[in-house]
Amino acid sequence: MDRIDANRRLVKRLLLGAVLMFGFGFALVPLYDVFCEVTGLNGKITNTGPVAVTQADTSREVQVRMLGINNEGMPWRFVPRESLIVVNPGEMRQTAFMAMNPTAQQMVAQAIPSVSPGEAAQYLHKVNCFCFNAQTLAGGEQVEMPLLFTIDADLPAHIRQITLSYTLFDISPAATATTDAGAQQGGSPI
Amino acid sequence: MGTIRITTCSFMLSLLLVGNAQAAWTLNLTPGVTEISRSVYNLHMTIFWICVAIGVVVFSIMFWSIFHHRKSRGAKAHNFHEHTLVEVIWTLIPLGILVAMAVPATATLIKMYDPSDAELDVQITGYQWKWRYQYLDQEIDFFSNLSTPREQISNEAQKQAHYLLEVDRHLVLPTDTKIRLLLTANDVIHSWWVPALAVKKDAIPGFINEAWTRIEEPGIYRGQCAELCGVDHGFMPVVVEAVPPAEFEQWLADARAQQDAAAAAAGRSWTLEELMTEGEQVYQRVCAACHQPNGTGMPPAFPALVNSPVVLGDVERHIDIVLNGVQGSAMQAFREQLSAAELAAVITYERNAWGNNTGEAVAPSRIVQLLQGDGQSEQEGGQ
Amino acid sequence: MSTLETTTVTGEQHESHHHGPAAGIGRWLFTTNHKDIGSLYLWFSLLMFLTGGVMALLIRAELFQPGLQLVEPGFFNQMTTMHGLIMVFGAVMPAFVGLANWMIPMMIGAPDMALPRMNNWSFWILPFAFAILISTLFMDGGAPNFGWTFYAPLSTTYAPPSVTYFIFAIHIMGISSIMGAINIIATILNMRAPGMTMMKLPLFVWSWLITAFLLIAVMPVLAGVVTMMLMDIHFGTSFFNAAGGGDPVLFQHVFWFFGHPEVYIMILPAFGIISQIIPTFSRKRLFGYASMVYATASIAILSFLVWAHHMFTVGMPLVGELFFMFATMLIAVPTGVKVFNWVTTMFRGSLTFETPMLFAIAFVVLFTIGGFSGLMLAIAPVDFQYHDTYFVVAHFHYVLVPGAIFAIMAGTYYWLPKWTGHQLNECMGRWHFWLSFIGVNITFFPMHFIGLAGMPRRIPDYALQFADFNMVASIGAFIFGFSQLLFVWNVIHNVRSGEAAPARVWEGAEGLEWEVASPAPYHTFTTPPRVE
Repeated sequence: MDRIDANRRLVKRLLLGAVLMFGFGFALVPLYDVFCEVTGLNGKITNTGPVAVTQADTSREVQVRMLGINNEGMPWRFVPRESLIVVNPGEMRQTAFMAMNPTAQQMVAQAIPSVSPGEAAQYLHKVNCFCFNAQTLAGGEQVEMPLLFTIDADLPAHIRQITLSYTLFDISPAATATTDAGAQQGGSPI
Repeated sequence: MGTIRITTCSFMLSLLLVGNAQAAWTLNLTPGVTEISRSVYNLHMTIFWICVAIGVVVFSIMFWSIFHHRKSRGAKAHNFHEHTLVEVIWTLIPLGILVAMAVPATATLIKMYDPSDAELDVQITGYQWKWRYQYLDQEIDFFSNLSTPREQISNEAQKQAHYLLEVDRHLVLPTDTKIRLLLTANDVIHSWWVPALAVKKDAIPGFINEAWTRIEEPGIYRGQCAELCGVDHGFMPVVVEAVPPAEFEQWLADARAQQDAAAAAAGRSWTLEELMTEGEQVYQRVCAACHQPNGTGMPPAFPALVNSPVVLGDVERHIDIVLNGVQGSAMQAFREQLSAAELAAVITYERNAWGNNTGEAVAPSRIVQLLQGDGQSEQEGGQ
Repeated sequence: MSTLETTTVTGEQHESHHHGPAAGIGRWLFTTNHKDIGSLYLWFSLLMFLTGGVMALLIRAELFQPGLQLVEPGFFNQMTTMHGLIMVFGAVMPAFVGLANWMIPMMIGAPDMALPRMNNWSFWILPFAFAILISTLFMDGGAPNFGWTFYAPLSTTYAPPSVTYFIFAIHIMGISSIMGAINIIATILNMRAPGMTMMKLPLFVWSWLITAFLLIAVMPVLAGVVTMMLMDIHFGTSFFNAAGGGDPVLFQHVFWFFGHPEVYIMILPAFGIISQIIPTFSRKRLFGYASMVYATASIAILSFLVWAHHMFTVGMPLVGELFFMFATMLIAVPTGVKVFNWVTTMFRGSLTFETPMLFAIAFVVLFTIGGFSGLMLAIAPVDFQYHDTYFVVAHFHYVLVPGAIFAIMAGTYYWLPKWTGHQLNECMGRWHFWLSFIGVNITFFPMHFIGLAGMPRRIPDYALQFADFNMVASIGAFIFGFSQLLFVWNVIHNVRSGEAAPARVWEGAEGLEWEVASPAPYHTFTTPPRVE
């Protein structure tokens, strides 16, 4: 009978192990985000919101390449106001993306930012960005979507060019489904 | 009997070896045409020879045992089954070899990860199943499609030398220039690969990736999409044409003139005949693969256009489908892939070819209007 | 069906003084006997091996020449996907579980598995999983077509409707594997005969113990990742959907966190089998038993730290690339130790070359070649050239076909006389071996060349410079494929007839399994043996 007890105990432990590992699979999602934040693994920008004003480092310049990209099925015209911006680290910079909905219907879009090289992501602060919220444009409507950003003065010296891309996804079907609940805040603030 | 068998055998063998002689054999990685690709090649060869050397030593001992320590030769089994020193040694020696391999590998990797001070930025976007190239500061933007004719793929025509590795528009790049490639994708994950440049990088929807290259020799370098991206994954080649910088400037000017001409073409008025002629060319190049040259399609995946309710019905709906595609089907959005004149021409052609005699012509200016959303001028970009 | 009956016959012929098997189909449906369940697993795996093999031959037939001849590209993608899934989850894994079921209780002196009823369940849910998976071939939109690695968003937003059935099938396979693993761990830890200490366990048992822990650690992660896919597809979450703040690259990280240990799940039991066979036919104790155990354990632990070497091209930061490159290279050390130990075991032995030994020697040589190409793939800057080409296809087929599959065949030939009580037909065994050996090399060796020359994997048609070697590979595939019919014939023939085998089938064989009669009685070691 000892053996049966021993088996029972062992099976419980192993099952618990399996359940924990199932949970761990899901825990990998937030863990991955933490990991990305630390290493810039996927070029996601996690620094958002107000920052302390710092002295601009005028001794060096960083080129920031702005890209506006449409994902599949997204008919908007979506272009940066300035394609190439030269900034000093620490300097606060205002720019914008132009978006225009050429269709006749109202559409909702979410812009997803990405930075390359990934290492630079943690040095790029977005103080204010249109990508924080989903954007709704009526048919034919055109807007200028503002972006206020700064590059940390701690940016490693070997990074001299940064690319900041926004990919526009059409989330109209998902957003209209939850229209009443204030679809404008539909996207997650990244 | 014996001789017959041998002749059959050698005949078969010669078939194997000689068959398809038009294509050159390649057994190994290409050394390529960049500094990086050469160090990658050298690294590859170094590791290969290290592996060969280890293999020769290990397998010789093994085969020596197989020949000399076989029972049929009267070999008696010895009784040793442990030897700490030997075991420690054969743990440490491989470790040392690995460290020796890791040093040059790390050096090469660090070089690959330095895209700074690039002189030219090209954005590469993967689409199902084609590549889009945008020269960011030169305002040049085009798609690059497989140009191998369908008949060659379906074995109805002789396959040409660059079968499946040829496209309608090459990615033209200057030599001796540091070029930064910014990669992303429109739908699923693709991977942009040119072996001669030793560049392979995934193009991921919603994310931007970068790679760089500095091509040393002019020439045409071919590659393919390397990440499974759906049905036609095998049919989206990459062709890079490297030209000397002066020639590149000339190409830029020509390409810009071509783009301007296309834009101007949309502004003028077209006759039905002009639209039909242009439309037929566009149709055969872009649409015929699915909808068939005679518009009969391949239902249910690719509907027939002959007598189609869409083509014979409301023109605005027809335009909408061609411009924006049909979500959840194989019909793509062509708004970015074709010029306004081409779009107008191909829609006109579909509405008037193969007995679809609606007599309607779609004016390129109408398409321009739709693309820009009711007459907004196109001035906000790129200032 | 007829194959099931033939095993029934042998079971009945050699009934022991204990309770024999029940009669009819009920014996198989309700059996809790480890030998019956082992046989079920092995027959099922053989069936899946042949099914996946037919798909492989379809793929190779299409690739015989450039141009599209036999199948549409869409169906081609379904074939590559299903071939991979069936071979990994249907052929290799169940075969190892089958061998574990048959041999582990006999090797450690236990009367049966620790949890016999769960054992029955873990087998019987498998056929349902594969019925669901294979039925997707006949569904609207076709079977899964996104590769066995099912990268998002191709497998989520862009997947055919059958993806839901695929997810469900994976869940069932996962549950089956986890139950099997729990059973094996419980058996090894709790059911050993008195005196059978851990460091006396046969290496097959050791390697399975470690594999079972790997299974429990990673199969739930696979279940998790397909669950996330399911939620993305049907419940509007955005784990892998960039539009909602998710990340398709996250899918790859989670998948390979499962996927890399999975690779070792498919090879560690093979190491165990080879470590049983080589000493037997060398008539000499295994060299470095303890270091074999430690090497296996270190491979298992390292396998959790190297997953991203499958993803060098996704654009990781330099530090990440370097970490995963170094960790991966490190795996070569314990793997090398194993190969050196096998070779040293043969050195100064008294070798004979019966069929199991032939397969084992081929395993050592060809697996090592696969190991070399693995080492090359570990070097990140060069991997940019190899990644997703036929070089990778060559690599993993070298470790899985003449690796895992040859080990399974070696094990089958090695223990078959113990199961059936009949000596092998050596002549037919050798035919099978040599045809397989030649076929496997003709198939997969040229793939190194076409990969280096630049042919991407998973394409239904290719440029002309790859034509010659593709043709050679296809010919090899047909030789290899059809010679497996000899294997089927050999097994069935051996079940039905053959010279009576003694308890110790092989002259140099050591271990408890050779102390019981051949064929092994329906119940063995009901009174535990005492191991000195």
